[in-house]
Amino acid sequence: MSDARDLKVVGHSVDKLDAIALATGGEKFTADDLPAGTLFARILTSPWAHARLKKIDTAAARQMKGVRAVITWEDVPRVAHTTAGQGFPEPSPYDTFTLDNKVRFVGDRVAAVAAETPEIAKAACEAIEVEYEQLPAIFDPRQSMKDGAPVIHDEPEARVIIPVPYDKERNMAAQVTANVGDIEAGLGQADVVVEREFEVHQAQHCPMEPHVALAFVDGRGRLVIRTSTQVPFHVRRVVAERLQWPVGRLRVIKPRIGGGFGSKQEVLLEDIPAFLAIQTGKPVLLEYTRGEEFASSRTRHPQILKVRAGAKKDGTLTGYDLDILMNTGAYGSHALTVVCNSGSKTLPLYRWQNIRFRGTSVYTNLPVAGAYRGYGATQAYFPLEVLLDELAEKIGMDAIELRRRNHIRSGEGSPIFQALGEGTEGVSQTIGSCGLAECIELGAAEIGWKDKRGKAALQTGPIRRGVGMCCLMQGSSIPHVDMGAAYLKMNEDGTFNLLLGATDLGTGSDTVLAQVAAEILGVPASMMTVYSSDTDLTPFDVGAYASSTTYLSGEAVAKAARHARELLLEVAGEILGCPTEDIELVNAHAIARNGNKAHFSEIGRHSLYVKNQRQIQGSASHVTQKSPPPFSAQFAEVEVDTETGQVKVLKYVAAVDCGTAINPKLAEGQIQGAVLNGISYALTEEFVFDPRGRLLNNDFNYYKIFSAADVPDIRALLVPTWEATGPFGAKSVSEIGINGPIPAIANAIYDAVGIRLTKTPFTPERVLRALGKI
Amino acid sequence: MVNITLTINGEKTSCTVAPDEKLIDTLRRHGRTDVKKGCGEGTCGSCVVLLNGRLVTSCIVFSAAADGGEILTAAGLGTANSPHLIQTSFVKAGAVQCGFCTPGMVMAAKALLDVVPEPNVDQIKTALDGNLCRCTGYVKIIEAVQNAARTLGGKDEVTHE
Repeated sequence: MSDARDLKVVGHSVDKLDAIALATGGEKFTADDLPAGTLFARILTSPWAHARLKKIDTAAARQMKGVRAVITWEDVPRVAHTTAGQGFPEPSPYDTFTLDNKVRFVGDRVAAVAAETPEIAKAACEAIEVEYEQLPAIFDPRQSMKDGAPVIHDEPEARVIIPVPYDKERNMAAQVTANVGDIEAGLGQADVVVEREFEVHQAQHCPMEPHVALAFVDGRGRLVIRTSTQVPFHVRRVVAERLQWPVGRLRVIKPRIGGGFGSKQEVLLEDIPAFLAIQTGKPVLLEYTRGEEFASSRTRHPQILKVRAGAKKDGTLTGYDLDILMNTGAYGSHALTVVCNSGSKTLPLYRWQNIRFRGTSVYTNLPVAGAYRGYGATQAYFPLEVLLDELAEKIGMDAIELRRRNHIRSGEGSPIFQALGEGTEGVSQTIGSCGLAECIELGAAEIGWKDKRGKAALQTGPIRRGVGMCCLMQGSSIPHVDMGAAYLKMNEDGTFNLLLGATDLGTGSDTVLAQVAAEILGVPASMMTVYSSDTDLTPFDVGAYASSTTYLSGEAVAKAARHARELLLEVAGEILGCPTEDIELVNAHAIARNGNKAHFSEIGRHSLYVKNQRQIQGSASHVTQKSPPPFSAQFAEVEVDTETGQVKVLKYVAAVDCGTAINPKLAEGQIQGAVLNGISYALTEEFVFDPRGRLLNNDFNYYKIFSAADVPDIRALLVPTWEATGPFGAKSVSEIGINGPIPAIANAIYDAVGIRLTKTPFTPERVLRALGKI
Repeated sequence: MVNITLTINGEKTSCTVAPDEKLIDTLRRHGRTDVKKGCGEGTCGSCVVLLNGRLVTSCIVFSAAADGGEILTAAGLGTANSPHLIQTSFVKAGAVQCGFCTPGMVMAAKALLDVVPEPNVDQIKTALDGNLCRCTGYVKIIEAVQNAARTLGGKDEVTHE
């Protein structure tokens, strides 16, 4: 099959399978279904950015009525681990403990309480007396590796478990380098070289459901954890390790998840209710408040990016030199892989003749960073796409034309694919599908590029308009690392149960994967009942991250469905009395060449009750050999108020090549959501700290995320291509959209008012400063 | 403790509440878990319900102050087998992703359409301003409300495919 034209279910916007239950409030999220007698946990957090716990007195808290348990570092095994929800062996350093006698940021864990009500738990936390020995703290990542800087991880256990650079004595959590050719020679050959330093800021994911986990010991003595996670199988492995229990004694269930965006690719809360449930014998719920979600969960890694780029007058790109200093906060969650992705997901996009890349992750005493949609690419597209605009201007070429001449195409590779992987070497690959040229063309037409670009000189008055654009790529799964698996069985009424390791965190992956199976089995998606992510009942999957679910888990589902289809055809052949190759499966019917047909309910009943009984079923797992990039061209039209500094996005166009969009409406929703998150990040979201490292704006009043009233005209354009290695030609779609707003808006601001902003977010203050007005 | 009576989705319910207890906690304790807690501070809108026909953030309303009140939540508006048109409209428009904000969004839409049956886009955006969503970018939510208004008003629905 080479295109999507003949598909009955794939490529159609079927209703999201869980949508009506969600819209009527019938679906259960973690905190919606509490066993009788559930206790409420709370974590006492550190008021200091860097301190040792000299003394911790829990006596008063323990004696309070309604308090069932209090735990400190003295009550739990000291197991160094990473909270990053990654496959084993994790590339992130093992530098975290369930509870420790040292705190490393304001909001770090000090102790935990389980009590009969949330109010008692809170009061008990306040009754714990802690004597701290304050230590000098680091809030500026530029200071982290200076001689004499305080050592944040001075504990002997902190280490990396794969051979990658790690120097805790110098607060270096990770480092990566990659070189192509000779950068100095390349820049030497350039007719123009631009050099700038950029800064991209810290931000929080703000899933509407904060982190939450429930744990209880069941009647057989096993520990059950119901948790809002993107990585249930990693939760099982990592919590078992922390508890020092065998994996087989844990069951992890993922119910409905209220958004994650990477923040829940983290084994963040589960160990605390687990320990408390084991200690009390009662179910224990731990829910982050919104304030804790801001200060104590995970954030986007801020980066300082020093960049040089060179081009010849004919548009040849001679060299790109990228040196990133990344702040991972107090712990090194995703410290290596995010900065790797800053290179691996951006550098292959253009044919740079020479590249030098270095990324260094350092510890500070600020809130911890982690996975966040875009995963390093979001940060690194800012300098890349702004400098391309600058190069184009300096050589007198249209910004789009420079990109058109240099972007990667079908059939081409990049030395970066081989050089940069997940902390180690990458996997060489040749681009299969690439619709970037079409994305550029469609997007430019939709925004009105020709009419609107470069019209600053014609405008008068304090409010000026401009347009800007950028090109993007991402990946689809981690090749040779990620694995997804699926199981499928047929019932006597012809319906199917699809059991998935893959984790739907609200993206609609249950529906998309059901569509893949339904297409192969010749049924509407509504005949699929999907159950996903329960470590006792479903097969394994690494989880929802690295833009992997559609591409990777989708192929596992396709394989499983093909297995089931073979059995289904066998039974149908017995009923219809014809060879299986003469049978077509159409709309839940097996139709023989002679016109005889059997409905799937007849086939299901036959297989279970009538003759030669067997379960029509299929199972399969899948590992990918490549990580085909989705591509996107994005365009922003902005209005800049030169008196107030306010930047307003009027229109935003995101043309995306995600291969086949298995469910176009859900794919559009992914793009629109990612784009708005990106715009909000580019313009308003920003952490504010006091001089002691305390987050001052840990709520939605003072940390502004966009609401419906702020939404510009957003156009998501799907540009279909066919990725031969993906299910029905599909690639990923969910991350790429968030990478565009920062560079596209920055370039549009330049087009409007001639200022190059190099520090995000683009607040009125920064705009006015750049305009020289303050 | 205070004894109060609430009529929740048509069911008269006697509740004993602490004087400072918030309506969301009372509702959830009585099984109304379609009312979601996203912030507990009145800033995200996940918990909005209709109290005597008015949209309120139930996480900052004292339960005792709602004594005798009639409360409508998303589950009272419709169920999976018998959904309200607004809820169906959200599904058809692709406006439901993680769905955590959806019950609140649906109630905010209901509150708007009760008063303004034919809202324009700006009116919809303003009415939903207090309800945060991090998944959808609001585009399809706004479309869902437009479609619901058209259908409720007996006009043709915008086709989705």
